[in-house]
Amino acid sequence: MTTDASAARQRFGPYGGRYVPETLVHALDELTEAYEAARIDPAFQAALTDLLQNFAGRPSPLYRARRLGEAAGHPAVYLKREDLNHTGAHKINNTLGQALLAQRMGKRRIIAETGAGQHGVATATACALFDLDCVVYMGEEDVQRQALNVYRMELLGAEVRPVGSGTRTLKDATNEAIRDWVTNVRDTHYIIGSVVGPDPFPRMVRDFQAIIGHEAREQILAAEGRLPGAVVACVGGGSNAIGIFHAFVPDHAVQLIGVEAAGKGIESGHHSASLAAGSPGVLHGSLSYLLQDADGQVAPAHSVSAGLDYPGVGPEHSFLKDSRRARYTSATDDEALAAFHTLSELEGIIPALESSHAVAHVLAHGREVSGPIVVCLSGRGDKDVAHVARVEGRGSLL
Amino acid sequence: MRSISQAFQERRARGQAALVPYVTAGYPERASTLSVLEALADTGADVIELGIPFSDPLADGPTIQHASFVSIGKGTTVRGVLDDLRAFRARRDTPVVLFTYLNPLLRYVLDAFLRDAAAAGAQGVLVTDLPTGSDPAVEQRIIDSPLDLIRLIAPTTPLELVSEVAKGGAGFLYYISRTGVTGARAELRSELAAEVGAIRAAVALPLAVGFGISTPQQAAAVAAVADGVVVGSAVIQALDRGGAAEAGRFLASLRKGMDRS
Repeated sequence: MTTDASAARQRFGPYGGRYVPETLVHALDELTEAYEAARIDPAFQAALTDLLQNFAGRPSPLYRARRLGEAAGHPAVYLKREDLNHTGAHKINNTLGQALLAQRMGKRRIIAETGAGQHGVATATACALFDLDCVVYMGEEDVQRQALNVYRMELLGAEVRPVGSGTRTLKDATNEAIRDWVTNVRDTHYIIGSVVGPDPFPRMVRDFQAIIGHEAREQILAAEGRLPGAVVACVGGGSNAIGIFHAFVPDHAVQLIGVEAAGKGIESGHHSASLAAGSPGVLHGSLSYLLQDADGQVAPAHSVSAGLDYPGVGPEHSFLKDSRRARYTSATDDEALAAFHTLSELEGIIPALESSHAVAHVLAHGREVSGPIVVCLSGRGDKDVAHVARVEGRGSLL
Repeated sequence: MRSISQAFQERRARGQAALVPYVTAGYPERASTLSVLEALADTGADVIELGIPFSDPLADGPTIQHASFVSIGKGTTVRGVLDDLRAFRARRDTPVVLFTYLNPLLRYVLDAFLRDAAAAGAQGVLVTDLPTGSDPAVEQRIIDSPLDLIRLIAPTTPLELVSEVAKGGAGFLYYISRTGVTGARAELRSELAAEVGAIRAAVALPLAVGFGISTPQQAAAVAAVADGVVVGSAVIQALDRGGAAEAGRFLASLRKGMDRS
């Protein structure tokens, strides 16, 4: 049950909420209570900090990418190197936090959804560490696109369940994970991988990812002696973006720029740009911008990167868009692929296709920013190498 | 016009439970809704749940997911479902609850939907992803409309919260018989009778039980303890076996099972 005061905490302006079957309401109440206790418990925070530092390798570096800056026509482009975290992306920040919380709640079984597989791998990793049973739902199309990550999850002891319904991508993997949770809610915790889903997930995942921005803010002040002109991150569900934006929200002079996947071009209709081209609607338990048709059916998304191939977006992004505190733009598949190559060649860093969207924006528009630019390099591209080779007609290399 | 409460009261007066079948509108064909509804009305349905299909039916199991995807693929729209309902209402007075998810209603614009659904002859609306307290403004608009808001109680709802969760509900209260999604199951849980008894003691509304009921024996067991029996996936499966006629025969077999007990 929701009181008026807790209802306000569940939302970002009008967005968010808890639009779920009644069966899950009690579990969300319990999770909220457990999370609110844990976040102010010094023992929990100390355990998490220890894991983030000694297991995941935090803090991640803030690297000044000089050659990328030259290509972008900007003197000071920095990369927040979430790709250097254990398991290769920012996702581990959240899964360690939630696994620790699940352990505290006495839940021994974990489920997760995954698109690109990075969140699935990060969840499987945390479950191996904490000796928790782990089931990961993944769309059949993504199982194909990201075969390497499927094997990594299996190596880590997780069971990967391919989802063949609907779009066979992240959206339907999430539906299936929610169905599992509704069925096994008493002994299962659902580790959602992004700042989406019913409350408290969007704020809890944000809090676990906010370390990205807290570190980046200190690091840029140390390096430049001033705040950045802009912070840039890719947005699918939007967890790395919220993670890096959060610490900068009160710094009004810092532009926050989210880059959605424009796929084959927004005008083509084949894209994942919910904020640019969607309208408010309810999916996966929260009200937020959504790609949908005239009858309220959720429209299929498209992106070359599985992690951005999602028709919804976290509710806090919808709020940041409407309040104009953040600005959302997009990069196409082709622009992201070009940026993937550019960063590889200029800096010796192969970025995830998701993060390549943020890099693409800086290459195209970096010169318009005055002051340093901080780009969230949310993940590394090893997982994408075979897929990119296929997309570019190099056949099946792996 | 018969109301949902009347339908339950009439059964209760005879010492019987109401039978509430569910079907997805526009399944198996866009044009089959009317004949399916008539078949159900004529073979023992006291109230009918008519599903407006949604692309992401996360409370539903494989049977209703499939029916939803087929129906959407054949062009079913909210407006089309209301047209089907209007045609049915011209021929039968069986109360109808529109069963759906919130997004199609928001997209249609909620107040327009409530007005049009009532005009088309709906008596109630059940929104699977709108639990009590999740959106007080939206819930209040439904409560203030001519339609009954069908509230749901889950096996995970703490007993002390049942009357609070039922607040604003009308027509009947829907008890989800087990954690999980919709779909036929071989067994009912042994704790069901005790749970239903405890909930009935806490609320005044008639209590219908659904999720997983698929045989005359199960329907009879539920009818012995509850005011109503909801059957969904098994009705869809009967439609798959032999169309509206088979769905009607199946429903009649459930009614017979319930009346024998």
